[in-house]
Amino acid sequence: MDEHYDCIVLGTGLKECIISGLLSVEGKKVLHMDRNGYYGGESASLSLDQLFEKFRGKGTKAPPTFGSSREYSVDLIPKFILSSGLLVKMLLHTDVVRYLEFKVVDGSYVKQSNKIHKVPSTDTEALASPLMGFFEKFSAKKFFAFVQDYEDDKPSTHNGMDLKKMPMKDVFKKFGLNADTIDFIGHAVSLYLNDDYLEKPAIETVNRMKLYAESMLKYKKSPYIYPLYGLGELPQSFARLSAIYGGTYMLNKPIEKVTFNDGKVHVTSEGETATADYVVADPTYFPDKVKKSGRIIRAICILNAPIPNTSNSESVQIILPQKQCGNRKNDIYVGVISSSHFVCAKGKFIAIVSTTVETENPEKELEPAYNLLGPIVEKFVSVTDFYEPITDGTQDKCFISKSYDATSHFETTCADVMDIYKRITGKDLVLTIHPNILQQQKEQQDEEGSEN
Amino acid sequence: MNNNNKIFQFKLVLLGEAAVGKSSLVLRFVRGHFLDYQESTIGAAFLAQTVCLNDTTVKFEIWDTAGQERYHTLAPMYYRGAQAAIVVYDIRSEDSFERAIKWVKELQRQGSPNIVIALAGNKLDLAAKRRVETAEAQQYAEENGLLFMETSAKTSQNVNELFVEIAKKLPKTPTTRPGSAQTQSPPPLPTSTTIL
Ligand SMILES: Nc1nc2c(ncn2[C@@H]2O[C@H](COP(=O)(O)OP(=O)(O)OP(=O)(O)O)[C@@H](O)[C@H]2O)c(=O)[nH]1
Ligand SMILES: [Mg+2]
Repeated sequence: MDEHYDCIVLGTGLKECIISGLLSVEGKKVLHMDRNGYYGGESASLSLDQLFEKFRGKGTKAPPTFGSSREYSVDLIPKFILSSGLLVKMLLHTDVVRYLEFKVVDGSYVKQSNKIHKVPSTDTEALASPLMGFFEKFSAKKFFAFVQDYEDDKPSTHNGMDLKKMPMKDVFKKFGLNADTIDFIGHAVSLYLNDDYLEKPAIETVNRMKLYAESMLKYKKSPYIYPLYGLGELPQSFARLSAIYGGTYMLNKPIEKVTFNDGKVHVTSEGETATADYVVADPTYFPDKVKKSGRIIRAICILNAPIPNTSNSESVQIILPQKQCGNRKNDIYVGVISSSHFVCAKGKFIAIVSTTVETENPEKELEPAYNLLGPIVEKFVSVTDFYEPITDGTQDKCFISKSYDATSHFETTCADVMDIYKRITGKDLVLTIHPNILQQQKEQQDEEGSEN
Repeated sequence: MNNNNKIFQFKLVLLGEAAVGKSSLVLRFVRGHFLDYQESTIGAAFLAQTVCLNDTTVKFEIWDTAGQERYHTLAPMYYRGAQAAIVVYDIRSEDSFERAIKWVKELQRQGSPNIVIALAGNKLDLAAKRRVETAEAQQYAEENGLLFMETSAKTSQNVNELFVEIAKKLPKTPTTRPGSAQTQSPPPLPTSTTIL
């Protein structure tokens, strides 16, 4: 490894692997290392034995009643992929989509008045849904139509409002929507974790609603897809992309020293030093260059049955908006997957409950969600700090990603990736299919064509 | 192709130490050619090739390693869901044979439960410099339920035969395992044209 690279990447979490892949495809020489012996860092999926070891101590094995350990691949960070979202665009941009198989998530539910309801998929369905009974259908319909028609560059669709300036709460007011409707739109459709968005420019919410609607249209059942064998396949797939384009991979590499001098980054591991123009890393590699900005609690629950009141769904998301959980500021999310995604033994279900911590007793905060799950066979709880870099890295050539947040999808993950990409290259990441990938696709098609 | 000819698609992965000839075997099988100075693998994600048996067509989606094995950092996703694997060694190198045995163990531990594994002793054209005896490898293969063949990507000896034997051994029944054309409808992602 005693060589010079364009970029050294530390940590094989999803964000680092996407960046590594993007840079390699562009012809950059990349060295990618991880202190762990496995791919994925925080975004890995673990076998059952690994999970027991991590949470119950070294040498602990899963009890045999759970089935074989290798049938499990349990995500540490629960998320679903919005089927029209940024991650899908990145998977297509790089053609990494070919390494993976996906399943549509069966449904999305939202808690309201002590019951869970399916989130409607179309505005017509919305008007028929019992959920809509809670709010005034007519104004809601008008509002949905406005959002659907809205186009940035067509002032005629703006209804006389400047969404880039006007706060969302004023738009809601203009359409005369009541508190329940607003709650539903903000949390179950726009997927905001709290109510901060109400004060922000409305355009962001309108775009989120459009993204949700587009994602919903794709496969009808829900706006989400999920990769077979768990989310841990995602970083590995982007790592393969990087390797195919020449990236060098080393795991089990403790990083002893990183210094920045004579315009280069020097990274030392096991006595050897590699240099690079810049380094990309997750926050755990640079504790001095990041600051803590919150805590997230995640509880991995193993169940023997589907979640009650979800029509025996094999996979669902349940949103518990803050207002439905007493005095909270942040929503609680539940993501459920099962053996049909090859992430656990037959008959088992994995429900992961998560939220942003607000009190000194975080586990108590999850109770409203636990109450929806039915009997919990085993539970693994973690509280992690959320870190973000102090500077943008353009000065010290050290580009650090943020920790994974409590959102239920990958939009903020990808936004961070795009931001880092821009900080590194000075360019926006354009998510059309990369010319180098197109070239390869073409060669392969020619080949398959010429067989016959 | 007539209508009662059934097509089955399988994911096949290649494993083995660097420079034993994994990519050369694939290129020989898929493109029918051989390069004396095959560049260390770069740029090939997948290749596809079909094998026709009597009444069925087997389409292999072939995954070649990407250099990640060099530092023993191959990602498990590489062989996850694979229904077949070819573990390659160089008959001139005992080390590469030892490494092949490790890969077989890894596949038996982590791979799909019914994966078909073939052991290939490559570079048969260089048998004068042989260091791994045929009988030894043959015996190991039998004890572990592997297909076994010695091959030469250079002369093409036994290359097609190897893939045909694998094709014959693969189960041709509708399967619930992912990665095969018969998997019950995990919908494909929309192609780029529909999404961008
Ligand atoms: N004589 C002879 N040479 C071979 C044979 N197969 C491969 N080679 C040569 O061995 C070298 C390595 O072959 P590759 O196919 O690149 O090996 P690989 O296992 O794909 O190597 P990596 O991609 O680096 O892991 C090349 O120079 C090939 O020309 C063979 O059957 N006979
Ligand atoms: Mg190769």
